[in-house]
Amino acid sequence: MTDDPSSSTDPVLRLSGVALGYGDLTVLGGVDMTVCRGRVVAVMGGSGSGKTTLLRAATGQIPPQAGTIQVFGQDIAAAGVEALRQLRQRMGVLFQQGALFTDLNVFENVAFPLREHRRLDEAQVTEHVLDKLDAVGLRAAAHLGISEISGGMARRVALARAIVLEPDLILYDEPFAGLDPISLGITARLIRDLTDRLRCASVLITHDVAESFAIADHVYMVGQGKLIASGAPDELSASHDPYVRQFLDAQPDGPIAFNYPATPRFEQWLAARQRGQA
Amino acid sequence: MTTLVKPITSLGRAVRLRITGLGEFARFLATILARSGLVFRRPGLVSQQIHFIGNYSLLIIAVSGLFVGFVLGLQGYYTLNRYGSEEALGLLVALSLTRELGPVVTALLFAGRAGTSLTAEIGLMKAGEQISAMEVMAVDPFRRVLVPRFWGGVIAMPILAAVFSMVGIIGGWVVGVLLIGIDPGAFWSQMQNGVDVFNDIANGVLKSVVFGVAVTLIALYEGWNAKPTPEGVARATTRTVVNGALVVLGLDFLLTALMFS
Repeated sequence: MTDDPSSSTDPVLRLSGVALGYGDLTVLGGVDMTVCRGRVVAVMGGSGSGKTTLLRAATGQIPPQAGTIQVFGQDIAAAGVEALRQLRQRMGVLFQQGALFTDLNVFENVAFPLREHRRLDEAQVTEHVLDKLDAVGLRAAAHLGISEISGGMARRVALARAIVLEPDLILYDEPFAGLDPISLGITARLIRDLTDRLRCASVLITHDVAESFAIADHVYMVGQGKLIASGAPDELSASHDPYVRQFLDAQPDGPIAFNYPATPRFEQWLAARQRGQA
Repeated sequence: MTTLVKPITSLGRAVRLRITGLGEFARFLATILARSGLVFRRPGLVSQQIHFIGNYSLLIIAVSGLFVGFVLGLQGYYTLNRYGSEEALGLLVALSLTRELGPVVTALLFAGRAGTSLTAEIGLMKAGEQISAMEVMAVDPFRRVLVPRFWGGVIAMPILAAVFSMVGIIGGWVVGVLLIGIDPGAFWSQMQNGVDVFNDIANGVLKSVVFGVAVTLIALYEGWNAKPTPEGVARATTRTVVNGALVVLGLDFLLTALMFS
């Protein structure tokens, strides 16, 4: 593990002065981030801090409001349809809910990217798919329908699908959410092993401190609409920054407010409601 | 002044939204047609959809066709019997089915059975992030999801209408010949002499193709534009049935006026 991902000369994903949001609303601003080949980078932050928005921007689903996002050296916002297609073929994404195709069984879900992007005969497809299912411990579940598997298994099938094309960049959206302790540990180890074996770059969007600190080379912490802290897991563990401390120690009091702030719109709604009850 | 302006602006807004909606609908169709090359490259995807849409609608279509045929046989006999021309029952049943009831009733049933299924499926795919997953896998969901379903619906619809008419004629024969006792030779020969391949059958097939395009397109459009929530999918499914039925009946009037006037 190295401390600074930018020290590598092979950046796969680079965000420079990026601001992200929807319409006029900016969720996250001033983000600088570099993810290099062979590294696991964790992006952490509370709920609603803009982590998933960051992932959507990295895949070209939403354009940045400011700054540039470079994937494999190309500005993803400026890429045309064909260039974006080529870039996305080199990415794998694990969605928060798995996003498996419910009309296909486990095998066909994992085979889907192969059938769309590779010209392989059925024997090769079977070999590739069973190999990836074996990696996530679900080789013997290949024949099952999606409605027949548990939530944790679905996440592992989605992981097998995300890696079946052996991508150069894998983005994981909350890979540990809802997993039992055994699956959680196995998934974390799997992410690390895959990154080392495929020499790909991995970005984890998560708020699971223990597991992500155990496997990440570098951690970015977002909150309050900006990038708050960044460093190796050991550096962040030793940090005295109040935001970092509150997040890592799960403290109820600190810069991150638990209560949603009251807005003028809420006050108006409450007043109107109270008037109606009077 | 405000009381006068407000309804006018509301009316203008409603009209503008309708026109914009029609434009979006036309663009939706144009995009599907433009990306239909997949049909020739991977015909298996279309045949899967023909199986899904057509095969699962077959039972309801066949049973409905049979009962419509029974009713046509009974009603036709009561009316024709007044004029002593009950041997024309076969012709009446066949013309009613091939020209009108076959395409129209099949399209209405198709909107209720296959149309709602398509809308709900696509709406739930959106809600479950399956469409987003395809996009980030560099797979065009328009091409991969909508195009096979569109052509599956368009091809399945005339086949189902033909099945409906065929079963309906058998229903008319059961009532007219087997139960009432009309001469079977007259039943079939009148039908053979009176039904024209181009004027009656081909026009009926053309109608069912047009209805297939309309209903399938409405179902896909509503699913694609559904809000990704349970309520949004439920509303979209209802709109598919209501809009599909109205468009089929409206188009039927137009096509009948053009074809048989």
